[in-house]
Amino acid sequence: MSNARTPFIVRFFSATGRTGWIAIALFALLTIVAVPVCHLMFQEGDALFISTFYVTLIGKIMCYAIVAVAMDLIWGYAGVLSLAQGLFFALGGYAFGMYLMRSIGLDGVYKSHLPDFMVFLDWKAYPWFWAFTDSFVYSIFLAIAAPGLLAFVFGFFVFRSRVKGVYFAIISQAMLYAFLLLFFMNNTGFGGNNGFTDFKRILGYDITSPEMRATLFALSSATLLFALLFGRYVVTSKYGRILTAIRDAEMRVMFLGYNPLWYKLFIWTVAAIICGIAGALYVPQVGIINPSEMATANSIEIAIWAAIGGRGTLVGPAIGAFVVNLSKSWFTVAFPEYWLYFLGLLFVLVTLLLPQGLVGLYQQLRARSTR
Amino acid sequence: MNDVTDTSKIKAEASASAPASNKNDVILEIANISVSFDGFKALNDLSMKFMRNELRCIIGPNGAGKTTMMDCITGKTTPDEGTCTFNNTVDLSKLSEAEIALVGIGRKFQKPTIFESHTVFENLELAMKTDKTVFFSLFAVVDDVMRDRISETLKTVNLSAHADQLAGRLSHGQKQWLEIGMLLMQDPQLLLLDEPVAGMTDDETERTGELFNSLKGKHSLVVVEHDMDFVAQLKSMVTVLDQGSMLCEGEMAAVQSDPRVIEVYLGR
Repeated sequence: MSNARTPFIVRFFSATGRTGWIAIALFALLTIVAVPVCHLMFQEGDALFISTFYVTLIGKIMCYAIVAVAMDLIWGYAGVLSLAQGLFFALGGYAFGMYLMRSIGLDGVYKSHLPDFMVFLDWKAYPWFWAFTDSFVYSIFLAIAAPGLLAFVFGFFVFRSRVKGVYFAIISQAMLYAFLLLFFMNNTGFGGNNGFTDFKRILGYDITSPEMRATLFALSSATLLFALLFGRYVVTSKYGRILTAIRDAEMRVMFLGYNPLWYKLFIWTVAAIICGIAGALYVPQVGIINPSEMATANSIEIAIWAAIGGRGTLVGPAIGAFVVNLSKSWFTVAFPEYWLYFLGLLFVLVTLLLPQGLVGLYQQLRARSTR
Repeated sequence: MNDVTDTSKIKAEASASAPASNKNDVILEIANISVSFDGFKALNDLSMKFMRNELRCIIGPNGAGKTTMMDCITGKTTPDEGTCTFNNTVDLSKLSEAEIALVGIGRKFQKPTIFESHTVFENLELAMKTDKTVFFSLFAVVDDVMRDRISETLKTVNLSAHADQLAGRLSHGQKQWLEIGMLLMQDPQLLLLDEPVAGMTDDETERTGELFNSLKGKHSLVVVEHDMDFVAQLKSMVTVLDQGSMLCEGEMAAVQSDPRVIEVYLGR
């Protein structure tokens, strides 16, 4: 048991228990060491070779898993169902995408220092909000600040008005849709319908090289693990207990002297920032960002990952993201027309039969076997 | 020299968190408050004074405005007219619910409102009087002093054996006690208790009465109740509300024999 004199860093890392650390160590060994090594050291045809397809697929899913952890913080613990997490994810992606676009340099189709879509629109210079995006560090900052600022401003007004439950979900979806329409327009300055693509390099290194892929893969994994450690600290802190208390009896929390506005706003903004970072990791791996990431269906799917994995468990939603997306990649090849039906069926079955999700099922089975 | 002590004394009395210095001072004054909901007058020009460290019971038939009065004091409802003044200086209508709680007013709801998915211990921990900002909560640690205070309160509300149990698993009466315990952890100057013994067994009701009697003199208590035996046990001043106004005020025996009170309770 920690006390007030235990250094913060020790408290931060001891919030995750022994089983958690073992799982983290195994996952880190697999994704930060084994996969990159297998991808780089072996050739096509070797038994241990991991192809670009799988590295990209799993790297992409790890970014989704980061989003799922953020979704659990805001939905599972604070009880705020957000249907706008896809927006924060996309904003982070666009922010880093701006850097990637400027790194193309003169290698675009039109050999201009402007991105092709701007040449196509006959623009002569970058719009003001593209300022400094040629800086790697600034674009990372933007990937954090843009979703964070939007979430803070939106959250401040919505939580202050005490909008809750399904009303909050609808308003968040409306915001998402407004941004979707905005980013679809060509003259918004983000490439319209096509978004950003044809990236060439990051910090001068070829973006499609195996080394770069392995690096981005390991970075995604490290970010996911850090998000889990951070989430575990937050939900086991007194702040986390107040958050679940707000979810269960907001009135009581208020009459104890806590202002729920700041409590919700903090986790809501942090969740948006985590999504933004995930988006920034996602875009260089998949090589494209366009407004379809802001589609309403994508954000609903994030909620489905969390529900299937098990809300309020942190690791559950991450597992949910893996299960749903791996089955998606298999299903869309085997039975392309039926994927959405399958996803819907999965969601209905989990809601009916496993209200605590896959993690809840595991806990039930374990409780039964030890009894 | 005298001047200095005098001004500091005035300042101390003016401050919201001033400790009980004068036995006869007013802790809360309700002045001419009116509230109407869609034309229905829930409170009609109601004025009342509560003294420091006094236990006051408020009774009245359904719809008399008892809960609405508490809503006005705690900031849940803003009165159309009139003011609630705490400690002679704090205008409560300008504060939010959370700020009112922080100046020292605790409230128990009619329906027990506790955190069902937290343990009894955690419920009391969250209620404890401390810094309530996000930043503080993120780094807060339960130390031994807090642990002692919590176990003391657990004893007071008879829940020591249930400290690590989920609050949702408690019986109805135990939940009521837990909520009272949470109020005590807040260490408020004024406690508002809305039907604290509803759903309790006779035995539990009697023990609650003993608890309240022991709090007399340490806190100011306002108890809204329907249970007449319980009100009689508290041996306090009783205020009767009817149709949003005060009907009469006095000792329980005098109030019970007042013909107007008999009429509103039995005449309809």
